[in-house]
Amino acid sequence: MTVALEIENLTKDYEVGFARKRRVRALDGLTLTVERGEIFGFLGANGAGKSTTMKLLMRLIYPTAGRASILGCDINDIAMHARIGYLPEHPYFYDYLTAREFLEYCAELFGYTRTDCRQRAAALLALVHLDDKSWDKQLRKFSKGMLQRVGLAQALVNDPEIVFLDEPMSGLDPVGRREIRDLIASLRHKETTVFFCSHILADIEVLCDRAAILQKGRLAHAGRLEDLRGRAGTRAMELVVAGATAEQLRAALQPLPAAQLTQTPGGARIEVPSERDVDAALAALRDCGARLVSVQPVGNPLEDLFVANQN
Amino acid sequence: MPLLHFLSLPCKPDRPYVTLRSCRYHLPTVRPCCSCDMPNSIVIAERLNRVTDTHREATSTPAGATMPRGTGVRRILTIARNAFREAVRDRVLYNLVLFVLLLTASAIFLGELSAAQEAKIIVDLGLSAMLLFGTFIAIFVGTGLVYKEIERRTLYAILAKPVGRGEFLLGKYLGLCLTLAVNVSVMGVGISLALLFVKRGYDPLALRIWPAVALIYIELMIVVAVALLFSSFSTPALAALLTFAVFVIGHFSADLKTLAAATGTTAARIFFGLLFYLLPNLSHYTKLTDAGHGLMPAPSAFIVALAYALIYIAVLLAAATFIFNRRNFK
Ligand SMILES: Nc1ncnc2c1ncn2[C@@H]1O[C@H](COP(=O)(O)OP(=O)(O)OP(=O)(O)O)[C@@H](O)[C@H]1O
Ligand SMILES: [Mg+2]
Repeated sequence: MTVALEIENLTKDYEVGFARKRRVRALDGLTLTVERGEIFGFLGANGAGKSTTMKLLMRLIYPTAGRASILGCDINDIAMHARIGYLPEHPYFYDYLTAREFLEYCAELFGYTRTDCRQRAAALLALVHLDDKSWDKQLRKFSKGMLQRVGLAQALVNDPEIVFLDEPMSGLDPVGRREIRDLIASLRHKETTVFFCSHILADIEVLCDRAAILQKGRLAHAGRLEDLRGRAGTRAMELVVAGATAEQLRAALQPLPAAQLTQTPGGARIEVPSERDVDAALAALRDCGARLVSVQPVGNPLEDLFVANQN
Repeated sequence: MPLLHFLSLPCKPDRPYVTLRSCRYHLPTVRPCCSCDMPNSIVIAERLNRVTDTHREATSTPAGATMPRGTGVRRILTIARNAFREAVRDRVLYNLVLFVLLLTASAIFLGELSAAQEAKIIVDLGLSAMLLFGTFIAIFVGTGLVYKEIERRTLYAILAKPVGRGEFLLGKYLGLCLTLAVNVSVMGVGISLALLFVKRGYDPLALRIWPAVALIYIELMIVVAVALLFSSFSTPALAALLTFAVFVIGHFSADLKTLAAATGTTAARIFFGLLFYLLPNLSHYTKLTDAGHGLMPAPSAFIVALAYALIYIAVLLAAATFIFNRRNFK
């Protein structure tokens, strides 16, 4: 596998204060590698430096120290931008253009032909599930979620090899969230590398191969999601079942003393102390004819890791 | 959504449940993910596959489509066209309505005078209004040209595309120049028509004003470049003030030279001399009274004025690009 993004010791100081300038370190020696075809999650609390990293990579701000390369090209090589996409943090676009005009404009900047631009604009607006009635409405009349969709569309207009998404799900309703999440997942099949930042752990968990956790400008953790989960310790698992009485379940779970049974209105909830016990529990439940409603970890390991990092 | 009986779940034996990433593709569904904030809810694999297929169809490069063949010039023109569209949709050209009203009113109220006097006044008034309105647009739109994009962060998405900052600046500049060209041309045609009207037929003056119109346009191009330079490092209000100051002083440029020669102290002489050479000499570009008398600038003077303007603009844009290239955007 080749490397899609390589960040080396990237550091950024902001100058704040009007009369007396002070330097504030927003990003401190970030070193990170993202492989091609990966979906990489970039986690961090508010103000951790996620957007700063994105902006540094896009050359919107310049680093105090360190370097980075995207697709093997130094970030100062503008021609490389033909192969990448970027969704800024609070997307806001020319409000005097319609969604379609804006996307055609973006495609034109990449040098596609007129007909190609038109086709791309339409295909992308459909892809991000923007209501067809809004395609020819001026962007000033768009809601936040609609703008977010347009933003995602413009980031994909050139079939990029790598996309940088700064909080792609913010401002979306639950349905929109799922659509965008599915869309990002589908980028995997096009072998598009995705580098996205978010503080919504659920999205990261569902989508990412690997993730990094940033804390006050420093890299706190990086690795495969399984490994990150592992670092938070073993997980208790929760099974929700229906279609069997408590007595039946209790009898079936006899061989598993560690399993805790709680009755719920529709059935029962069974908690086992670690993932390893789930197989046995499933087998036992199958024997007494219960129906499985869901299996999931109790709490969230990533969240624990994330929270632990704040202190 | 019917819940599946777990006995029929086609799970891999070693991975019977929910490590989400690995199960996404072979678990049909266990439960619908209805609220996406729900941790660990299971994404429906079937849905995923469907979306994937539509995505593939939708964005695969259409047959015969060309790959991007972006050249700098094309990008600059694209940006310029968009800047023009912005100005039009922000109703910048509405000033033309005011201009037409002004001309019509003066043509009506000047009815008492002789046709020749009337024509001269129309030319004076028309060209002055052209310069005034144009300067307003150049200063107020020019200073907001780039600042607004930074403030509203509209330029973030654009600069992440293969667009250099210099190209962006030049594109915006040319876009406003195009807007001014339309503005000035329509006004010029308006003045010509008004002249034909008051003279009740063809009059050479209707054509002889055009070199003066062209000079006004060139001057406006300089003013836009000045506004762009100032706005590349200060706020629009300050930039507008500074640009206006340059505009005013630029018209008295010749006096600066005299002042430099007349003052006693060397320091003052150097200061005024420097101002004279640094600030644009705009007095070359306003030949209003001459135009009113039907006099045209000598071709050589015109060419010198044009060359001076082009060089001056090139220097200003280079300086603006230099500053803009080094900026960190919030
Ligand atoms: N233009 C700026 N000037 C000064 N400080 C800044 C500037 N932009 C960001 N910072 C500081 O840098 C730090 C990192 O900010 P950044 O926007 O990268 O955070 P983030 O991780 O994206 O947060 P969020 O999740 O809220 O978007 C913050 O402490 C912030 O105060
Ligand atoms: Mg951010």
